[in-house]
Amino acid sequence: MRKQSIEKGALGKVYQDGEFITRQGDVGQVMYVVQQGKVEVLMEKEGHETLLRVAGEGEFLGEMAIFDHEVRSASLRAKGEVKVLTIDKKNFLKRIHIDPSLAFRIVQTMSQRVRELGDEVARLKG
Amino acid sequence: MADSNPPSRQDQLELVDGSRVAVIGGGPAGSFTSYFLLEMAERADLDIEVEIYEPRDFSCPAPGGCNMCGGIISETLVQNLAAEGINLPDTVVQRGIESYVLHMDVGMVRIETPVDEKRIAAVYRGAGPRDIQVRKWGSFDHHLEGLAEARGAKVTRGRVMEISMDNGRPSISVKGGEPQAYDLLVAAVGVNSPALKLFKELDFGYQPPETTKTFIREYFLGEEVIAEILGDSMHVFLLNIPRLEFAAIIPKGDYASVCLLGEAIDKDLVDAFLSSDEVRGCMPDDWAPDPRSCQCSPKIAVKGAIQPYGDRIVFVGDCGVTRLYKDGIGAAYKTAKACATTAVFEGVSEDAFRRHYAPILKTILRDNAIGKVTFSATKLVQMMPFARRAMLRMTQKEQSIPGRHKDISQVLWDMFTGSAAYMEIFTRAIHPRFLGRLSWELLAAVAPGKRSQP
Repeated sequence: MRKQSIEKGALGKVYQDGEFITRQGDVGQVMYVVQQGKVEVLMEKEGHETLLRVAGEGEFLGEMAIFDHEVRSASLRAKGEVKVLTIDKKNFLKRIHIDPSLAFRIVQTMSQRVRELGDEVARLKG
Repeated sequence: MADSNPPSRQDQLELVDGSRVAVIGGGPAGSFTSYFLLEMAERADLDIEVEIYEPRDFSCPAPGGCNMCGGIISETLVQNLAAEGINLPDTVVQRGIESYVLHMDVGMVRIETPVDEKRIAAVYRGAGPRDIQVRKWGSFDHHLEGLAEARGAKVTRGRVMEISMDNGRPSISVKGGEPQAYDLLVAAVGVNSPALKLFKELDFGYQPPETTKTFIREYFLGEEVIAEILGDSMHVFLLNIPRLEFAAIIPKGDYASVCLLGEAIDKDLVDAFLSSDEVRGCMPDDWAPDPRSCQCSPKIAVKGAIQPYGDRIVFVGDCGVTRLYKDGIGAAYKTAKACATTAVFEGVSEDAFRRHYAPILKTILRDNAIGKVTFSATKLVQMMPFARRAMLRMTQKEQSIPGRHKDISQVLWDMFTGSAAYMEIFTRAIHPRFLGRLSWELLAAVAPGKRSQP
């Protein structure tokens, strides 16, 4: 079987350590699925960056762009070498209209993130 | 008068806790159906059993472990699967395809992916050709079967010998085994399996789809030669060879898969294709096609099955309805998911399948009708040298001028990759800008003095 390091020949796009996949404020037309490696989710404000979380293999990122018309709320940066697959907004929405259950996992991910945010607010207020 | 013995929930043609589902066939259609049945059942808090019957071991090379297919996973399917949480690992994807090279007698042109990313997967359905020496990659079908197993499906390695309906319930016998009764029977046997004839005995009106034959041959070139000569590009040929409709060379890991589609493909047609200048031009200089290479002539469905569902029985994938010529695995995914959703949430009656499953099949069939028109147009281009020149010039301009609308490039990309519905391709092809530019290039192609300037 193939070695475990990131294969440039297989699916997705490879980003090097520190390379931005998307920047906060960009217009989002795609969402991302991490195929290999880790991705940092960052908020940038006045030259200062705050690490929100580190996403791993199989995780969805930038999914809010699929459902709203706002700019990216956070930046995504490769932590080490990573491979990421993009999902086009237009095609994905078209498919959801035929098969709404395709959105189930994304709704699940968003629901989990709302839960985590609730916990974080409670922790900060406590 | 009220019935003193009302039917139990299990008799009411719906899946309930403890229901048993048999899936005949462990290819993509069978594995996707099993996977989604179990996933949907979990969402609905339903405890069901799913058993896949598959005599072949897909972790083996051809012929025992092969499912006879070109092995391209379209970019739409790659994205849909990623959204489902099904990612295709590098251990299965032999090559990510990033461009298509169109070869014609009037020249060639490379069509780059619309996004700067590899989203088309070249895979082997089994462990590879029969002469494979080193197994560097795993089988796509084995991977999917493993996902279904991980979800809770049981895989039985046995050939189904008999199918019958006993008291309204499907019953299955494997060689040397006792008949097993199920609440739902999913047929995912494709159009090449001898198991297809078992369903003829069941009298509910099912008739298998009409088919045509294709030809696939695997040539060993080695990973480095493939990377250097073919690269991460699928090579598509529109050649004016009688009876040949479409041909492609797909780079895999160590092998190149040659796929031909046409009328009554025989040795002469294969030889004419392999000895053409266009094929010679994209293979190594010293290459000579080895006639002993692993090859097959699988059937593909060109029409839909008649009545592919009944009470407690449903056909998914190729043996039901599939896409014309392209993206058969994508059609297997769509039909499998529609079947699973219907069975879990709407029931397993003929009426439930007619109301909730059949519309998906009809969408595919309607699109195939448009596909036939699109392929007829391609055939016309294939037969007319000036049309080939016009198409080449238009594509070359789009690919070389930055910022130019990729009208014909997008149409060809979607035609070759199977990524978009035929209706979408057709709509793009009748756009006034597309027609205007194509008309201009057609005029230029027939104008004296312009013919040698692609």
